[in-house]
Amino acid sequence: MTTLNNKMDPLMKIHSETEHIRLASGTPIADRVVSDIFSYTEKIVQKVVIREVSGQKSWKDKIDQIVISRVFGYPLMLLLLGAVFWITIAGANIPSQMIAAVLFAFQDILTHWFEVVQAPAWLHGVLVLGMYRTLAWVIAVMLPPMAIFFPLFTILEDLGYLPRVAFNLDNMFKKAKACGKQCLTMCMGFGCNAAGVVSTRIIDSPRERLIAILTNNFVPCNGRFPTLIAIASIFMASSLVFSQSLQAAGIITLIVLLGVAVTFVVSWILSSTILKGEPSSFVLELPPYRKPKFGAVLYRSIIDRTLFVLRRAIVIAAPAGAITWIMANVYIGDLSVIAYIAGALNPLAKAIGLDGFILMAFILGLPANEIVVPILLMSYLATGQLTEFGSLLELKEILIANGWTWLTAFNTMLFALLHWPCATTLLSMYKETGSKKWTFVGFIIPTVIAFAVCFIVAQTVYFFGLA
Amino acid sequence: MLQAPGRIMREHFGIKTSGEQYVIALAGNPNVGKSTVFNTLTGLHQHTGNWPGKTVDNAQGKYSYKDKSFLLVDLPGTYSLLAHTVEEEIARDFICFGQPDATIVVLDATSLERNLNLAMQVMEITSNVIICVNLIDEARKKKLKIDFKELEKELGVPIIPTAARNGEGLKELQKAVYTMAVEKVIASPKQVVYSEEVEKAIKILMPKVEALGLARIVNPKWLALRLLDSDVSFIKTISRYATTQTQQMVAHKEQGREFTL
Repeated sequence: MTTLNNKMDPLMKIHSETEHIRLASGTPIADRVVSDIFSYTEKIVQKVVIREVSGQKSWKDKIDQIVISRVFGYPLMLLLLGAVFWITIAGANIPSQMIAAVLFAFQDILTHWFEVVQAPAWLHGVLVLGMYRTLAWVIAVMLPPMAIFFPLFTILEDLGYLPRVAFNLDNMFKKAKACGKQCLTMCMGFGCNAAGVVSTRIIDSPRERLIAILTNNFVPCNGRFPTLIAIASIFMASSLVFSQSLQAAGIITLIVLLGVAVTFVVSWILSSTILKGEPSSFVLELPPYRKPKFGAVLYRSIIDRTLFVLRRAIVIAAPAGAITWIMANVYIGDLSVIAYIAGALNPLAKAIGLDGFILMAFILGLPANEIVVPILLMSYLATGQLTEFGSLLELKEILIANGWTWLTAFNTMLFALLHWPCATTLLSMYKETGSKKWTFVGFIIPTVIAFAVCFIVAQTVYFFGLA
Repeated sequence: MLQAPGRIMREHFGIKTSGEQYVIALAGNPNVGKSTVFNTLTGLHQHTGNWPGKTVDNAQGKYSYKDKSFLLVDLPGTYSLLAHTVEEEIARDFICFGQPDATIVVLDATSLERNLNLAMQVMEITSNVIICVNLIDEARKKKLKIDFKELEKELGVPIIPTAARNGEGLKELQKAVYTMAVEKVIASPKQVVYSEEVEKAIKILMPKVEALGLARIVNPKWLALRLLDSDVSFIKTISRYATTQTQQMVAHKEQGREFTL
């Protein structure tokens, strides 16, 4: 029997003896082995394969040389990201105002009808000032940016650019001791975090999968992008000045980059503490560049994404609008319910550079992040005196009248990026991990980070008296 | 005695051979027409299920050639054998421990470079490799010319060009399998030459690995590489395998002693 046990030991002994060889080399041996095999086969293929038509292939290779090069890869990614945001913000302004004008003109007609049939004031309040106005805002503020952003994103997807992004980011994920495939689940998260969490099934190591699940929330999803874009375009680019829309695009790019950076940092911290381990490598197939099909892009971006998100927003926003209106018009003593809650949240919210209404909107937005901005606007509009407005330009004035500064706008965007996942995402986390504990971790990590980051930013700004 | 451990390992993989039947493994990247090769060769004589204890599909099929029976085992489609996924682990463990009489690696003729990566890894594990370069019809469409003679020289294993969809080249494939599995004409696959640093590390490890006396189970260079890239799951698997084999040999000896007594 002793021989049997000894048979096992020598192998593990040699394995531990190889440790110093592994530590001595810069790049992991496993990676070098893979790249060596590839360079070996490359030489063979050069000898045995003759391409009669070489034009097309080299065209693709030339693009790849730039797109996934060490020098141009990252700047190009930034540039594309920034350009997409800029087109979205600059392009969404005019249609937003047009839609707002039409929908609010219709609100006056609705009000007139209610007067004609002599409906009670509360009914008019709940249905028109509550539900209809929230819906109008959701559509006016969110539809145009989505209708521009999603087709652009879909085009990049169809071109075959996203797998190249994964290729570029693989190294970063390695450094964070996570799986490179996490980049793909992260990209999926840009669409929907719940889908992103489910897509982590492509990661095989349970450790890396858990990291991907817990950090997916740090990329803004379909629901939060419009929030970011709406705030950026309302507050930072409400006039049509070119430099302002550029600035807004820059800030959103910055916010998204911050989200990605937080993903790396949190992944790294997790894999150095509670989820220790080494990253595994994987083979990523770069698909050929394809010309996007116009119809497919339009269908997928407008029907699958824009209208899907809009429908979800409307379904949740309509009742939320009604509830918000009721809360704003039911009084406890001198204060409306909404002012009461906001007042209670205010000290905490102020410390992190927000106000009670914003924090309340985020809390009420737990079922779906799409309704954060509508709830926010509703609560300002329902309580404040400013009930008449004609264009998006005036929205900024409403916000300023409610004490917004650039810090409030910036921190609201930060909070939107970093705060707790929506209910659907939490449910997906629970289903995927099968553990209440990990779901709670998935809730608490972003929450703590959101409060901490906003607190630090706010206190720094207060301290230097910048806002 | 040489056969026995292999048989047992095959059963461990859910492979049961009947009588004199040769086991042929079928490996390849995803989307290279591996299933087409499998279906065309085996026709309706298929059996599908799962790999024992894994949720990965396992298909086996029979075919006959020159009165010999062959059991074709369709391995999961993988890009590599470095075992980062369950599929890769299954493919690697079967090629390594299932002791197939031959392993066919199906390659996509239109992207040989990527596909050869897997082929080189298989050739590091076993010498009984036949390379089937599939989709040559598509390569022709894309005006790719492949020098198969030169490729055979470079790799040191039989190369069979096929277009499985049209049945082109499959007779030659069967013949090559017969030659290797039945007539025991073994190929001598060329090995990857690694960069200096890796080769040096291998050289340091080789004496220690060879001293273990596992050469009959696994290619020492491949084992050295796995030790180097710290593939702990594989190291555990081989330890386990070595243990079971030794147990069998001990059992064998004890039996023998009883007979002599």
